[in-house]
Amino acid sequence: MIPLLAELSYWQITSIRVGAGLVAVLLVAGTLVYAHLFKMVSFMQSRLGPMEAGPYGSLQLLAEIGKFLQKEDIVPARADRFVFKAAPFVVLTSTFLLLVVLPGGPDAWFIANDLGIYLAMAVSSVSVIGILMAGWGSASKYSLLGGLRATGQLIAYELPLLLAVVGVVIQAETMNLQGIVLSQANGEIFGWGMIGNPFILTQFAGFAIFMIAMQAELTQTPFDMPVAESELVTGYMTEYSGLRFLLFFIGEFATAGVFSAIAAVLFLGGWYVPGLDPADNLFNVIGPLVLFGKVVVLTFVVFWVRFTFPRFREDQLQRLAWKFLVPLALANIVVTGVLKVLV
Amino acid sequence: MTVTERQQLSYIAAQAADARVNLEIETEGMTLNIGPQHPATHGTLRIVAKLDGEQVVSADPVMGYMHRGYEKLAEVRTYPQVTTLINRIDWLGSFANEVPFILAAERLMGIEAPPRAQWIRTILFELSRIANITLFLGDMAVQVGAITPVFFAFRDREHVLNQIEAATGGRFHPNFDRIGGLKDDLPAGWVAETRQAMRKIRGFCDEIEELVQGNEIFQARTRGIGVIPPDVGLSYGLSGANIRASGVDWDVRRDSPCGLVHDQVDWKVWTHPDGDSFARFWVRLQETREATRIVDQLLDDIPPGPIMAKVPVIIKVPAGEAYVETENPLGVMGYYVVSKGDLNPFRVKIRSASFSNVSITPWLLKGVYVPDIITILGSLYFILGDIDR
Repeated sequence: MIPLLAELSYWQITSIRVGAGLVAVLLVAGTLVYAHLFKMVSFMQSRLGPMEAGPYGSLQLLAEIGKFLQKEDIVPARADRFVFKAAPFVVLTSTFLLLVVLPGGPDAWFIANDLGIYLAMAVSSVSVIGILMAGWGSASKYSLLGGLRATGQLIAYELPLLLAVVGVVIQAETMNLQGIVLSQANGEIFGWGMIGNPFILTQFAGFAIFMIAMQAELTQTPFDMPVAESELVTGYMTEYSGLRFLLFFIGEFATAGVFSAIAAVLFLGGWYVPGLDPADNLFNVIGPLVLFGKVVVLTFVVFWVRFTFPRFREDQLQRLAWKFLVPLALANIVVTGVLKVLV
Repeated sequence: MTVTERQQLSYIAAQAADARVNLEIETEGMTLNIGPQHPATHGTLRIVAKLDGEQVVSADPVMGYMHRGYEKLAEVRTYPQVTTLINRIDWLGSFANEVPFILAAERLMGIEAPPRAQWIRTILFELSRIANITLFLGDMAVQVGAITPVFFAFRDREHVLNQIEAATGGRFHPNFDRIGGLKDDLPAGWVAETRQAMRKIRGFCDEIEELVQGNEIFQARTRGIGVIPPDVGLSYGLSGANIRASGVDWDVRRDSPCGLVHDQVDWKVWTHPDGDSFARFWVRLQETREATRIVDQLLDDIPPGPIMAKVPVIIKVPAGEAYVETENPLGVMGYYVVSKGDLNPFRVKIRSASFSNVSITPWLLKGVYVPDIITILGSLYFILGDIDR
């Protein structure tokens, strides 16, 4: 424990954590939007992206936020007003709750919960309710189709996501995300402990399944049937404008960041970098940055795939989930379990 | 045809089963208006789709949101003025719109453009085809969800548009074709630059082939979707790549050439036996490659000589009727010109390809799912200006 933090009272630590949570969500979302959505994708598509606002368009984000805040907050006449207005907050709540269990360093955590990953998987489902509320409450046919598609898809891909995690949990012998990081940091690969044992090596199938299911949970292409802008005109978000659209937008990218952070913790060793002592106080400072770096790498993959592939049709993506990912994840659990007992 | 009957029978069976379920749980159909303002319709086409869940029970295209009355307007304009209007029919391949009208007027007047003009006309005709279909190749990927290829399409179409602009002075609406020839000769260095542009377009085709056509998801989304049997396609008046993708070996450029010099070069008409959305994409991709080959060969030996035949200053077309059709980027486009010997045509009937191509949608969209509507519409490839005129 950092000595300074130990002397603080409860409300001070709580305020620090709330502030850190806000920074973690907004900074990550902002960085992803600027670095990936604005710039990386532009270079992939042989264009420059924003260049005018600030050096290399770095202030474009503020301009966008300003634009959205100025816009009128329209509620369609026949919409269910309360449900319609509450939906973006429900989605964003799920994102913030996901963050709660993430460790950023040996002592830099929000809550040390022994059921950490279980809690994360549970609260990630809350966003489904928000999306269904948005689709249903908008009183628009496109939104309704988008909302229903999203619900079917998110429920289908929760399962492989969860099953992919089980392999890691078996190997780490804990559901505490801090414990998972430490077991990777202190682990050994056949007696060779130089780089610890990041689970991406032993759980590669799990990692691949997790990334695919994550892509689907984030409704990014090729699993963006719910928001398919060329047919459903962005699905459940069709009727939103102004601040509420911005909340959906932040929610989308912040969730991408937080999910990537969970993937980094589970498979890439979280805040740990090889060669240092995991108990070192240094990690409380550089740990969050290391985690952030890993998040940027993983989200790069997410956005790379997003802007390269066409999208699956609804029945095709359900088939992929139930007929391929779930059996593969189950087989992965069996193999991991057997090896765990034998080795 | 057996495939279709089986499809229809299975569709009827599915509908009967659905109807039984509907009676039990009393689900109602939903009417979904796709358009008139919808990103997938390239403009203002509206499709009224009756849905049962996500399955289409019936779909009716509503045309006419962009009707600009070009046939009527042409009656009050002199022959040289008409080309300004008809440039705007298929706005992505404008030069190709002018050609059949000018050829019809030339046939009525009994004059023929000099060989050099015919050659350059054919080159520009094929360039406008490339400019048009290049965009389709990128846009089809957008319809099935991949955003990036369309930027590549815009990037590489620019090479062709630059050449069209260099020769004619207009990027989109050249208005360059004249009765009896062309407005100007080619600028210096144009031939070499065009060759370079053709090389780039071939590179683009290779890129699209790997990035889009070879993609498993793209194939899963397009193969077997929107199958048009050849006889059904012909009975609806489909033309161009849409009918060639159903295995009908029919290309006006080869089968009834008039005024253009496609018979002077070595090229191939591509067909595909499947008739599905993938086949239509595949045929268009091959046609773009073939068009670059045609242009390359034509550039080799552009004959010397004048670019304008002897034409009176004030053009009066003798009384008579003429119908000329050419193989435009979207399909067969024809002009039926009736003249009473005046400065302006008495009547112009425009046969545009997209109008016929879209008319098959009620038959084609029956029983498909909502995402497939977009794939099928994208693969039929229509331009709104070409539907409504």
